[in-house]
Amino acid sequence: MATSQTKKTTGSRVEASVEIAVSARNISKNYGETEALKNLSLDFPRGQLTSLLGPSGCGKTTLLKIIGGLLSADSGEVEVGGQAVTGPGEDRAFVFQDFALLPWASVIRNVAFGLELRGVAKSERESIAEKYINDVGLAGFENSYPHELSGGMRQRVGLARALSVDAQVLLMDEPFSAVDEQTRRKFQEDLLSLVQNENKTFIFVTHSIEEAVYVSDQIAILLPRPSRVSEIIKPSGFRDKGPENIRRDPEYLDIVDKIWASLRSYVE
Amino acid sequence: MRNRPLFLKLLSAVIVFGAWEIAGRIPVSYAFPTFLESMSALVTLTLDGTIFTAYAETLKPLVVGLVISSVLGVGLGLWIGLSAKFDWLFSPIFVVMQSAPLAALIPLLVMAYGIGLTSKVFVVCIMAMPVIVLNTSGAVRNTPSSIKEMGRSFLGSDLDIVLKVIIPAASPIIFSGLRLGVSAGFIGAILAELKITPTGVGDIISYSRSIADYPSMYAAIFSIILLAVLFLNLLEKIEHLLFKGNYRGYVSD
Amino acid sequence: MKVFGYQLPGMSSLILWGLLWEIVGRVGVTFFIPPLSEVFQTLFAIIGTPAFVKALSETAYAFSMGVFFAIVIGIPVGILMGKSRLLDELLLPWVNIFLSAPLTALVPVLMVLFGFGMKSIIITTSLFAIWIIILNSRAGVMQINRSLVDMANSFGASSWEAFTKIYFWAALPEILGGVRIGVIRAVKGVIIGQLLISIVGFGALFELYSANFMMTHFWAVLIVLFALAFTISEFLAYLESRVAYYAAKR
Ligand SMILES: Nc1ncnc2c1ncn2[C@@H]1O[C@H](COP(=O)(O)OP(=O)(O)O)[C@@H](O)[C@H]1O
Ligand SMILES: [Mg+2]
Repeated sequence: MATSQTKKTTGSRVEASVEIAVSARNISKNYGETEALKNLSLDFPRGQLTSLLGPSGCGKTTLLKIIGGLLSADSGEVEVGGQAVTGPGEDRAFVFQDFALLPWASVIRNVAFGLELRGVAKSERESIAEKYINDVGLAGFENSYPHELSGGMRQRVGLARALSVDAQVLLMDEPFSAVDEQTRRKFQEDLLSLVQNENKTFIFVTHSIEEAVYVSDQIAILLPRPSRVSEIIKPSGFRDKGPENIRRDPEYLDIVDKIWASLRSYVE
Repeated sequence: MRNRPLFLKLLSAVIVFGAWEIAGRIPVSYAFPTFLESMSALVTLTLDGTIFTAYAETLKPLVVGLVISSVLGVGLGLWIGLSAKFDWLFSPIFVVMQSAPLAALIPLLVMAYGIGLTSKVFVVCIMAMPVIVLNTSGAVRNTPSSIKEMGRSFLGSDLDIVLKVIIPAASPIIFSGLRLGVSAGFIGAILAELKITPTGVGDIISYSRSIADYPSMYAAIFSIILLAVLFLNLLEKIEHLLFKGNYRGYVSD
Repeated sequence: MKVFGYQLPGMSSLILWGLLWEIVGRVGVTFFIPPLSEVFQTLFAIIGTPAFVKALSETAYAFSMGVFFAIVIGIPVGILMGKSRLLDELLLPWVNIFLSAPLTALVPVLMVLFGFGMKSIIITTSLFAIWIIILNSRAGVMQINRSLVDMANSFGASSWEAFTKIYFWAALPEILGGVRIGVIRAVKGVIIGQLLISIVGFGALFELYSANFMMTHFWAVLIVLFALAFTISEFLAYLESRVAYYAAKR
């Protein structure tokens, strides 16, 4: 795996050797009176998975939508691959918390929908969709409809849709929070191999400490009101030990404890 | 019992029609014919063709009015749902119309447009339009924002998002608005025939009342209610068939 | 809508439409649309007159009697349907039929059976309102949490106690929703009844005004009616929102 940094580091220092795929600079965003983000800066290394972790309401979704170009920041800017973000772009793809599937469209049309909006011809986009449906393990369900699938399968459709547009950056907003625990664990394992096999940059929002530590190369801890990055943690020691060993690795357990220690005072 | 629902439906029809028959035989009122008398009057009206000519007449303002209300109502509703400006401008009118007894406008319509087809079409339109407009605009406004954002994040143009996301998402509710509009349109069409000029089925009702041919009067009323109910049931079946995947409950009136 | 950062209040565009009406009236586009200001003058002039007060009180009487019967009959029937499967299967088809049937067609029957007067109008009003009240009460009872009923039984509630202390209250949000829609329908029903049996209430007034082409009078009465209907419907929506809090928490 490309990301075996030598030691766990804290603070906002970024290794010079790592290329930055996405960088957010001094982002501020207010909703009327609510100060959702204040002067937030954060870099996302290419080919790695960065988690945004924090209590709910701390602005994770807001930051993700600003990176995705769905919201514009009041000040500051986001660069993706060196280009300033002005709106949604081909270089980024979203995976939504509530899946955001079209209930009237079959699995294959849902998966191909991103390509459809980009004007790709039907036969071409369906063969691409077919491939990703296979990759996420939904072969045979091409002509099913979302209401016929379980929550976990629906999110696989959402994932296949995001993969099929072949964007460099995948933005995932609590993608596993609406699926049951067993399915979530399977997803997390699959996500690890996805990060390893596809050379993409993942930005992953979660409120689960264990999930963040399990899947991330870099964890940005966000604290609320106004939201800021309080700490950046880079777990590195247990990445290569195989998915089944991570959860009993001492470093994994230490980091989980440490994060909880710093977040607990923010929980009402 | 496997056929219990069907059996109970039949039983309940037998009870109601039986009660009607008995009440007619007592009789509870000189103007209350028995069920069988009314049905045989219906058969007579059907066999001599009266009922078909009557419906040809009655359905004219109904169909014209419903077509106008549907096209205009859905168009306006989409517009209101998509644009905050038009929402501000037009919504209050339809909200007031929805709760207002618009039938009170009929004397005015008659003064302005006479007693012909135009007035009747108008009556159907004012009854049917508000619910169509409000259901459509509400459905458009309530399209889940996550699928709209999904469309935008995958680079859909505004037109793409309206055509491929918003309208399909709204269509079950638009369709049930249309169904409610049809139901209101029936009320309007009959009201117009009874109030403005007796034509079609309204004529059979008024005329047979004036000559005290009560079985024919009841037969005509029975037939129009039957027609409306069958047609609305058909629409409901179509609705379930079309939108079984994304059916969402929605209470509206 | 926002103008210069100000949120315009919900119904404020009606003022704009009122202005448009005034202009159209003044320009004299059509005889049928007199200026709104004249309509309001007439409104204040006729609002205290005996003819108007009589029409209003007759209408209010027919309306409240109609709604009263619809509620008093509709709610218990709906609750019973929700509780008894047999009754439900026997009655539901008919409730659904009358819910969507063009009830205007029944008014002539009511006229020959109950005469050209108040009685027929009250029944028309009830007929417009009752079906949705039945249907919603039924739906309210059917969604009652099973364990609430078990709780009542476990404490030894009699069936009358269960009815008045559990079923009614647990179904209240749905029942009120049904009453609101029913009342809006009743407003339409009472006017339709009066139009067809036009010797009572506003029906008579409309005849008088339209026969004499008194446009401002006509519009004045319409505005009063529409305003009353709107107020009633908004008031009921407000009441409903007051109980909505516990609808969500059952
Ligand atoms: N559209 C909005 N309008 C007003 N306030 C909002 C809106 N979206 C989010 N907020 C507020 O901004 C803050 C951050 O929200 P969000 O980014 O959704 O947090 P998170 O995803 O971390 O739970 C919250 O306090 C939330 O209430
Ligand atoms: Mg969020």
